[in-house]
Amino acid sequence: MKDKITSDLMRPVFETGAKYYLTVTVLAGIVLWGLFAWIYQLTFGLGVSGMKNSVAWGLYITNFVFFIGISHAGTLVSAILRLTNAEWRRPITRIAETVAVFALFLGGIQIIFDLGHPDRVLDVIIYGRYQSPLLWDITCIGIYLMSCIFYLYLPLIPDIAALRDNLPVNIPGWRRKFYHKLSIGWVGSEKQRRYLHKVLAVMAVAIIPIAVSVHTVVSWVFGMTLRPMWHSTIFGPYFVTGALYSGIATVIIAMAVMRKAYNLGSYMKSIHFDNLGKLLILMVCLWFYFIFSEFLTTGYGTFLYELKVFHSKVSGEFAPIFWGMVSCMAAAFFLLLFRKRLGVIGATTLASVFVNVGMWLERFTIIVPSLTKPLQEGYKAGLYQPTWVEWSITLGSFAGFALALSIFYKLFPVVSIWEEKEEEDIPQVVKRIETYLPSEETG
Amino acid sequence: MKKQEKKKVGRRNLLKLGSMGIAALAATEAVKRIQATEKIITAKRKMAMVIDLRRCYGCHACAVSCKSENGVNLGAFRSWVNQVEIGKYPYFKRYFLPRQCNHCDRPPCIKVCPTGATYKREDGVVLINKDRCIGCRYCMTACPYDARSFVWHRRSVTGGRGWRTLERYESLDFPARRYGVVDKCDLCVHRIDKGLVPACVNTCPAEARIIGDLQDPNNEVTKIVSTRAVSVLYSDANTGPHVFYRGLHIDVAEKAVEVGPAMQSISSDRSAAQNI
Repeated sequence: MKDKITSDLMRPVFETGAKYYLTVTVLAGIVLWGLFAWIYQLTFGLGVSGMKNSVAWGLYITNFVFFIGISHAGTLVSAILRLTNAEWRRPITRIAETVAVFALFLGGIQIIFDLGHPDRVLDVIIYGRYQSPLLWDITCIGIYLMSCIFYLYLPLIPDIAALRDNLPVNIPGWRRKFYHKLSIGWVGSEKQRRYLHKVLAVMAVAIIPIAVSVHTVVSWVFGMTLRPMWHSTIFGPYFVTGALYSGIATVIIAMAVMRKAYNLGSYMKSIHFDNLGKLLILMVCLWFYFIFSEFLTTGYGTFLYELKVFHSKVSGEFAPIFWGMVSCMAAAFFLLLFRKRLGVIGATTLASVFVNVGMWLERFTIIVPSLTKPLQEGYKAGLYQPTWVEWSITLGSFAGFALALSIFYKLFPVVSIWEEKEEEDIPQVVKRIETYLPSEETG
Repeated sequence: MKKQEKKKVGRRNLLKLGSMGIAALAATEAVKRIQATEKIITAKRKMAMVIDLRRCYGCHACAVSCKSENGVNLGAFRSWVNQVEIGKYPYFKRYFLPRQCNHCDRPPCIKVCPTGATYKREDGVVLINKDRCIGCRYCMTACPYDARSFVWHRRSVTGGRGWRTLERYESLDFPARRYGVVDKCDLCVHRIDKGLVPACVNTCPAEARIIGDLQDPNNEVTKIVSTRAVSVLYSDANTGPHVFYRGLHIDVAEKAVEVGPAMQSISSDRSAAQNI
């Protein structure tokens, strides 16, 4: 009694190929290697990283900002598109929401890697002081994580119920129980549907300001200090823009991967990539606008301390990273501009890879150069050279992110089945379009 | 039926009251915590230091005595001397600038500390509670004077640093060497509480450093600070530093960043030590 959409989208959940096991094994191997590096660091101390007194924050904080940034995809793509009734969102929302949740987890863990005393992490809550921007971070990220999990779970309930009702015979008992428990008695009645739509609408509105607050306070961790080129009012919107930018790019990459892996070409069509590509062009323009404002204001001025950081980025020791970032973004821009000629899906995906590499480099160039040039430099000197420990933990985090997503998409459908199937919406959409058109009545 | 409805309303009200109560408690707790840390300290004693740069001849004895007094970790200093050359041959001069924590009135490091591990004592000394510090190093990025350092290496199970065995100097135990926490000048509180002067003041052969109580009008430090031309480092930050300099050349204050040759060799020694 399964229709085509249901069977198409459910097949990957129940049928597992050798390639999947290979992918999971490789990813788990990288995660284990990262775990080993972390244990090594715990044993010998943070000194095994490249961080030193002159550069107290390095790759871990870079990853933290990057991952928290990625998590904004979930809100934008899912919540904003849901609110504006953008019908093309249907195959994308699930991916966006999962990316948000797992990116938040991975971002939060980075702080634990970075602490000198990870065993005292609870002290932040027990003795927490609200003057510290770190407390703002913990509050906002905590609320955002809970809302993201809720926002992922809500539209998942009808799908879990569908899975529960369509389980093949040979499925192990724990999975049967798992879906049964998680579906919390969903039968798809009129009342349940009404409630679901209501709660989803409320959540979609509520989650947007929470998401904006999250990356704003992440930027304020830097903005509230007196460091040159950190102490800037532009940081809040600048970080939020960058976050949405890399978040959309990550959603595109995840879509391209899942499309290939699960053979979902007829669901994630080039129109979806094209539309997301348009959003990405908007964000890349905004990003260039922000970075131009930031660097013009700093470079035009004569403020000694800021100029030092400015020159180290533009022409000094950090120039390769800075210009690498700019060229990544320029490459992404031109790929997106000519995406129709180059093949929409390929060009958009490649541009997204460039965007994410560029954004990671951006986080790095924001954090490290300002640390090497304090206001009143003391005895500390030396550049930052990340060690194998930091690279391993970074690689392990990215692998962990991919692993979490691949396991999740093995347990749950990667595309929201019930939202794809909402055929009853079609007459509603027609009716809605009619309201956009000029009416015959007097207006 | 009626009874049930009544019960329902009661539960809802209870929840409402309860959540309101929790919110109110949280709010008062937050206000209390902010008041406790932002309160302007009015104590009997207010420690301050005056460094007379006209007397300093750059012997680095303060840096050495500080290290031996406090057992500061390898590669870190609580007190150090910057040197700057200003002018062009033949009209040039080398200036020295002894540096340390400024024990600010409005310390940016205390503002950002998430756990209150770094705090200001009644007499104005900024200290670190090493049992509370989580090692996030936010204070290091917030300090405009670059006065804080971190203990990066844990003493491993072999009793060494990594695979290496410890030098004799490193093998001794000092609070300044506790792993995973931030360290900085504490104005030798263990000495000043007993009526002694800090190690750097005690050792300075040029008598360029004096320490005293700003609340005492007859104190030497108070007299100098209130009647002589003294300056502080990066006064724009308005952090209210309590290390005052006499005879601070404006270019020295700004260019202290251009590390002189002696400091460069110390820096490279330091990085060599760290890379072992």
